[in-house]
Amino acid sequence: MFDLDRWREIFQAISKNKLRTVLTGFTIAFAILLFTLLFGIGNGLKNTFAKEFAGVAQNAIYVWGGKTSKAYKGLQQGRRIQLKNDDYIFLVNEFSDDIQYITARVNKYLQAVYNNEKDRYRIRAGNPDMQFIENLIVDRGRFLSRFDIKRSAKVVVIGRLVEIDLFGNRSAIDKYISLDGFNYKVVGVFSDVGGDDEERFIYMPITTSQSIYGNNDFIDEIDLTYNPKMNNAEALSFGKKIQRKLKVKHDVALRDQNGIGMYNMAEASASVGAVMFGLTIGILIIGLGTLIAGIIGISNIMVFVVKERTKELGIRKALGATPKSIVAMIIQETLLITTIAGYSGLLAGTGLLRLIKPTLEEYYIVNPSVSNSLVIGATITLIIAGLIAGYLPAKRAARIKPIEALNAA
Amino acid sequence: MGKSSLHVLKGLDVEVKRGEFISIMGASGSGKSTLLNILGLLDTHDEGSYYLNNQKIENLNEKKAAILRNKFLGFIFQSFNLITYKNALENVALPLYYQGMKRADRNKKALQYLDKVGLKGWAHHLPNELSGGQKQRVAVARALVGDPKVILADEPTGALDSETSAGVMKLLREINNEGMTLIVITHEEDIAEMSDRIIRLKDGVIVSDERVEKLKVKS
Repeated sequence: MFDLDRWREIFQAISKNKLRTVLTGFTIAFAILLFTLLFGIGNGLKNTFAKEFAGVAQNAIYVWGGKTSKAYKGLQQGRRIQLKNDDYIFLVNEFSDDIQYITARVNKYLQAVYNNEKDRYRIRAGNPDMQFIENLIVDRGRFLSRFDIKRSAKVVVIGRLVEIDLFGNRSAIDKYISLDGFNYKVVGVFSDVGGDDEERFIYMPITTSQSIYGNNDFIDEIDLTYNPKMNNAEALSFGKKIQRKLKVKHDVALRDQNGIGMYNMAEASASVGAVMFGLTIGILIIGLGTLIAGIIGISNIMVFVVKERTKELGIRKALGATPKSIVAMIIQETLLITTIAGYSGLLAGTGLLRLIKPTLEEYYIVNPSVSNSLVIGATITLIIAGLIAGYLPAKRAARIKPIEALNAA
Repeated sequence: MGKSSLHVLKGLDVEVKRGEFISIMGASGSGKSTLLNILGLLDTHDEGSYYLNNQKIENLNEKKAAILRNKFLGFIFQSFNLITYKNALENVALPLYYQGMKRADRNKKALQYLDKVGLKGWAHHLPNELSGGQKQRVAVARALVGDPKVILADEPTGALDSETSAGVMKLLREINNEGMTLIVITHEEDIAEMSDRIIRLKDGVIVSDERVEKLKVKS
């Protein structure tokens, strides 16, 4: 039941005892503010990490030809290993069960021109699977198709930023751009969560690249993703198996580290996973620590507040206040102060986080934020802590004889 | 406060009639404050029986005691015991708040009683803006406002100079003349002599219980 008179009594106690109110409120507000900030920044760090590794599929393996560092089978060291189309076909046939997506790839760096706009871009030539290995999102149009590969179509799919560079605000779809003098039709525009760098690429069919820029069947690398059902250890050994097969095929010593290069995302995944786990634990500890500090703070203050009021409570009891009304008064006061303070701390924390977000993002802390339910949960925890911390001494104060309370200093 | 118990009062037999003005005297340690606290239900007695308004006081829990204090008793303390953040009017109205009276009614009644003790003009002053005598008058008004059966005053002039003391005692006398029962604890002879009956305590027993000659009161 809403008792206006009681609330008036409480408002008076709160507003006439400003120091006490401010101390109590500040503890809660500051704890929530810190909680929000630290948790938000922690989450930002986590986001940064997740984003850095979001650009490509987590289960990707890259292999490329290098230079041998050991003489083997009568062949000199320092020999250059050139991968060709048959290496790609070899891997497809050999490991078809373990491979999810696979593409041969040629890398180029070419001058792109549209009307008066021109710039140099990195080119990736491959087959349609490349979309999934590089985690591309096709915003408009389409990605490369099997048919493009088959007929060496002069089509390209360009990154979102390439489109902005060359076309401004207009759509690039179905327009023609020139790459080192050859005209290509733009069939699609993609974006990539990996960020700016990844959106300044141009993709074309590998067959087109091979026929126009080299007239050979050379490939620079083979990119693939393994069956995602593999666990980390299986993935690591699968990567080594591919490397070994290619070494045998190209007469490279098995102990030669340089003849066939290989990069397995599973290696990074393991360490990324460990770092993410560490970060999560760290954030949890920070959050819990702040909360515990807040709980201890509010408990201390409540004990102090009730002690300071012992005499007042004694007077009230002498004038006819029942123990229940004493406890209820303190609980209601605490509830009011902590709720308002908790809410202001919550607003200040999220507001401040939003305010410093641009600054933080300069330091690579992406989207620092805390979920509302989490902050509200933390606030409620502190309010409950404050209530318990207020209830116990209030109960004791309500129980002592009024004469003892009156004699208190 | 400690756990060790001490026999302070050792068998007292006193009857206070309605409308009496009694003072209880004794040196410190004689048990007079303990007696007052028991009478005021601020402390509990272990043995014997205490009838307040013909009602036997026993097995009181804090809630019942609080209600009885609120209904039957008014307190005046040596150190005034006003709530520092409430103004005079709010302090006087507090017993009425615990009686559950409406705000407008209790403020009206509290103002009446402040007027009675001559402090109507000071209603909105905080205790620290009042002199000692004024504070004690506020406390008197607060003790009276709940229409109690008895007013218990513990050294009501203990913190006041003699002139102010006389003023407060004169006020208590007026209240008594209107029919209120008053029990005052004091160790000052001249204060005690302003009452009608003096009970002297020593080491927890009554050594004398006598009427004050009316002549002295008038002087």
